[in-house]
Amino acid sequence: MCLAVPGKIVEVLGDDPLLRAAKVSFAGVVKLISLTCTPEAKLGDYVLVHVGVAISTIDPKEAEETYRYLQAMGELDGLDVPPPVMSPP
Amino acid sequence: MKYVDEYRNAALVRTLAGAITRAVTRPCTIMEICGGQTHAIVKFGLDELLPPSLTLVHGPGCPVCVTSADLIDQAVELALKHNVILCSFGDMLRVPGNGIDLLTAKARGGDVRILYSPLDAVTLAKENPGRQVVFFAVGFETTAPANAMSVLRAEREGVKNFSILTSHVLVPPAMRAILSAPDNLVQGFLAAGHVCTIMGTQEYGPIAREHGVPIIITGFEPVDILEGILLCVKQLESGRAEVENAYARAVRSEGNVHARRIVEQVFEISDRDWRGLGVIPRSGLALRPEYLGYDAARRFKLTAARANCVTECISGEIMRGLRKPHDCPAFGTRCTPEHPLGAPMVSSEGACAAYYRYRSRALATAEAKG
Ligand code: SF4
Repeated sequence: MCLAVPGKIVEVLGDDPLLRAAKVSFAGVVKLISLTCTPEAKLGDYVLVHVGVAISTIDPKEAEETYRYLQAMGELDGLDVPPPVMSPP
Repeated sequence: MKYVDEYRNAALVRTLAGAITRAVTRPCTIMEICGGQTHAIVKFGLDELLPPSLTLVHGPGCPVCVTSADLIDQAVELALKHNVILCSFGDMLRVPGNGIDLLTAKARGGDVRILYSPLDAVTLAKENPGRQVVFFAVGFETTAPANAMSVLRAEREGVKNFSILTSHVLVPPAMRAILSAPDNLVQGFLAAGHVCTIMGTQEYGPIAREHGVPIIITGFEPVDILEGILLCVKQLESGRAEVENAYARAVRSEGNVHARRIVEQVFEISDRDWRGLGVIPRSGLALRPEYLGYDAARRFKLTAARANCVTECISGEIMRGLRKPHDCPAFGTRCTPEHPLGAPMVSSEGACAAYYRYRSRALATAEAKG
């Protein structure tokens, strides 16, 4: 239930804090999402969306850092990264 | 999909599983709080990549599973007796109450509708000025801002025919309740990432210190979850009990201050009856006095709570990490997703539903092999 999905802001609408919204693209599917909780979010940002509300902008620096750290761990382990995406059995 | 696919990378998953196996030298039990994490662990078979001495148990982090049967009864009463448009997240419809579930109420003529967002319920109320619209506002901290915003929007736009039936629960008090039980087995926690996106990480320091458990703020993709487990194991092995954030791309230590302000404006902390766990003091949210006009229970004078009826469901023990779904005598026989006895068999995030969906075949094969 606490599922939140990352999407990219493709258009920002309105400037009333309680009604500010955006068109957010989730791998091509566009939905109208409230930006009330993320006033800093702007065009092109990735936001984490839960039940129609953007609850956070995604910090690209942190995401990159974590990923690079994990990748380095993979390389130390002698594995080639990145190979195919994991899909459920 | 960006910020999803990278964290499902199969080689990284293998690397992390290997690192965990090397790090574990003694038995340990780690609980993931959030039902979304439970679902991912069972779906991707992450627990099967871990060494046998490491046990993952599945916590109470599924709001649908912990909403009391009394509240389901109240929602049914709203739909059938008070002729409201009763709006809910889809997962709630099959959850058994003491009497019938919401899906049966719908079949008997109740106007029960599934919505994606509480904000849509305000729009629905504006479109149906002659009807009363009630949103069944269940959720953890993650969902509280959206539910609070629905009330603020209704107030701002003068929407008088909108109200909410609140079943809001908070994660940290449930963690304390689990840790305080004399039979507790949990030695470390993966904290629910999106709850922390809203609330930040500061509530967890005192829990880690007072109970001596590591708490790792963890995301929801396979790589996120295994990284959380690895950090937790490393702490357990070195005797540390600290809070670490393994989900920094979405969690700041102060949380989301805008969202928290909205939640605090509309809700206040209250006691809450958790299905399977009982009443936990100061573990829920209720509307503040100034917003009680939007309280459906009050508006429709709903009947007082009845005692939850006794069933053979052991969901309470599962959510406290003492048993696993297949330990339940009803699992897969008298209790299935088509005929659920308990809420964890209904919600896609319930541990029993996840085991039924992804593990039944594996268990049957294992048993056949003997
Ligand atoms: S299998 Fe059904 S009855 Fe048993 S604990 Fe799970 S939900 Fe309850």
